[in-house]
Amino acid sequence: MTMDSIIQPIYLFSAVLFILSLMWMSHPSTARRGVFAGVAAMVAAIGGTLLLPGYQSYHWIIIAIALGAVLGVPLAMVPLTAVPQRTALSHAFGGLAAGLVGAAEYYLWITLHPEHLTRFGVGALVAEVILGFLTFTGSLMAAGKLMEIIPTRPITFRNQNAINLSLFGVAIVAGVWLVIAPGHWFLFPLIVLLSLAFGVLLIIPIGGADMPTVIALLNAYAGLSAVAMGFVLDNKLLIAAGALDGSSGLILSIIMCKAMNRSFANVLFGAFGQVQVAAGAVEQRSVKSATAEEAAQIMEAARSVVVIPGYGMAVAQAQHRVRELYDALTKRGVEVKFAVHPVAGRMPGHMNVLLAEAEIPYDKLIEMEEINPEMPEADVALVLGANDVVNPAARHDKSSPIFGMPIIDADKAKTVFVIKRSMNPGFAGIENELFYADNTLMLFGDAKAVLTQLVQALKE
Amino acid sequence: MSLDALTLLADAAPAGAAKTDFMTLLYVLMLATFTGLLVIRNVSRLLHTPLMSLTNAISAIAVVGSIMLAGKQETTFSTILGAVAVVASMTNIVSGFLLTDRMLKMFKKREPGKS
Repeated sequence: MTMDSIIQPIYLFSAVLFILSLMWMSHPSTARRGVFAGVAAMVAAIGGTLLLPGYQSYHWIIIAIALGAVLGVPLAMVPLTAVPQRTALSHAFGGLAAGLVGAAEYYLWITLHPEHLTRFGVGALVAEVILGFLTFTGSLMAAGKLMEIIPTRPITFRNQNAINLSLFGVAIVAGVWLVIAPGHWFLFPLIVLLSLAFGVLLIIPIGGADMPTVIALLNAYAGLSAVAMGFVLDNKLLIAAGALDGSSGLILSIIMCKAMNRSFANVLFGAFGQVQVAAGAVEQRSVKSATAEEAAQIMEAARSVVVIPGYGMAVAQAQHRVRELYDALTKRGVEVKFAVHPVAGRMPGHMNVLLAEAEIPYDKLIEMEEINPEMPEADVALVLGANDVVNPAARHDKSSPIFGMPIIDADKAKTVFVIKRSMNPGFAGIENELFYADNTLMLFGDAKAVLTQLVQALKE
Repeated sequence: MSLDALTLLADAAPAGAAKTDFMTLLYVLMLATFTGLLVIRNVSRLLHTPLMSLTNAISAIAVVGSIMLAGKQETTFSTILGAVAVVASMTNIVSGFLLTDRMLKMFKKREPGKS
C-alpha cells in the first residue's frame, strides 16, 4: 500500500468536514459545532500532509507552525470593533502564503523540475501568483484604511481607472507570455511586481463605507488563490476548500452590493464617497434638537423603540451603553428591537457581533426587510451612528448618489431621535433629509455620553 | 539545460503518471463551488462576521502547499518562502478559529430568567 492511499482518504475526510463546518454556520445554535468541524478538518489536512513522503526534515515545518500559532493568538483577541481590520490583515496573510508558494514553485520548476512546466501548470501558477500578491497588498491597503493609517476617503488621480486596468492588462499579457514561453524567467518578477502594485491601486480609490464589499471580495480572492494553488500542486483538497471560501466571499459581496443597490464595477471603480465640493452647502435648514431628559420621557411613554445602529456605534464603542438602555427600557415594559442594515459597519454582520458582545439576545436583532413593515407602528426610532442607511433621499431623490439603495424606514416612526456629534454630513458627504424631518429630534453629543444620560434619566 | 530546451519540454506531455487529469480537477472545482454557494446562502445574516473569520481559517488550507515546500527543502529559496508561508497560514488558522469561536459564544438567544 502506498502512502497516497492513506493520505487521499484523509484529505477526502477533511473536505467533508469543511463542508459540514459551513453547513452548521446556518444557525447560531449549531454554529459552534461548525468551528469544531473546521478545526478537525484542518488538523486532518495538516496531518495528512505531514505523512507525505520526501521530506528532508521537519525542523522548519515545526518552527513555522509554532511561530504562526503564537502570532495567531493575539490576533484572535482583538476588540470586536477591530475585527474588520483583523479580517483584512488575515486576507493579506492568505494572499501572501499563496503568492510565496507560487513563486517558490516557479523557481523550483525552472531549475529542478522542468517537466512541470506545462501550459496548464504555468497557467495555474500565474493565476495563483497574480491573485495571491494582489490580495496581499490590496488587503494591506484595506486594513490600513480601516485602521485609519491611510485616509479612508477615496484617493483618486487622473485617468486612474485607465492606468489601473492597463497595469492589470500588462500583468495578464506577461502571464500569457510566460505560459507560452515558460523559460522566459524575467517575466516572472515583472508579474509579481505588477500584481503587488495593482493590489494597492485597486483599493486606494475605494472609500471606507464600501469596505464591507471590498473585504468580502478580498475574501473571495484569497479563496481563489488557494484554488489556483490546488491546480498547481495537483491537490483536490486545496481546490475544494478554496472553492468553498471563494463562493462564501462571492455571496457576501453580492449581498453587500445589493444592499447598496450598486454593481461590483461601481464599487471597485466608482470612487464612491469623494468629498462633494460645496454641493448645496449654502442651503441652511433648521433642525430641532432635544435634551436627553426630554428624549427619555418620550421613550418611557413609548410601547416600542427601534434602535438603528451604525458604524458610529462601533467608533464610540457604545454597544455596552446600548445594552444598559435596552435593560432600562425593557424593565419599564417598552419593547426594544434593533434594526440592522446589511452594510451597517465596516464588514458584513459587524453590528450583530457588537450587539451580541453586549449580550443583547439575538432574536432582538432584526434584518432590514423584516423590520421595515413594522416601522410605521414604532413609537420611537433611535438612530445611533447610522447615516446613509436611514436617508429617505434614497427612496425619492433621483439626484442623490444613494438613490435606489434600500434603507431602514426610520422616518416612518412616530418620533425619530438621532444621536450625532454635529451636523457634519456623513461619510459620502450626502446631506441627510431625515435630520430635517418634522418628527426628528437631534440629540447632539458623543454617542456614549448621550446614552449614559438617557439611561440616567430613565432610572430617575 | 538551456532555456530554449525548457520551452520545448514545456510543450511535451507532463511526465509522471500520478498527475490527475485537468478535467477531474475542474469537476472538483465546479462541485465544490456549487456546494459552497448553496451552503453559504443558508448562513444566518446574524453570523456573517463569524462566517468570514471561519472562511479566513479555511482558506489557510494553503498551509498544505506551504508545508510541502518547507519540508522538501529542495533549495534554500524554496525552503524560506515555504516556511514564511507556513507561518502566515498558521496565523490565519489559529486566529481564525479562535476568533470565530469567541464571537459565536456571545450569541445568546435570551438571558436566563427572562421571558
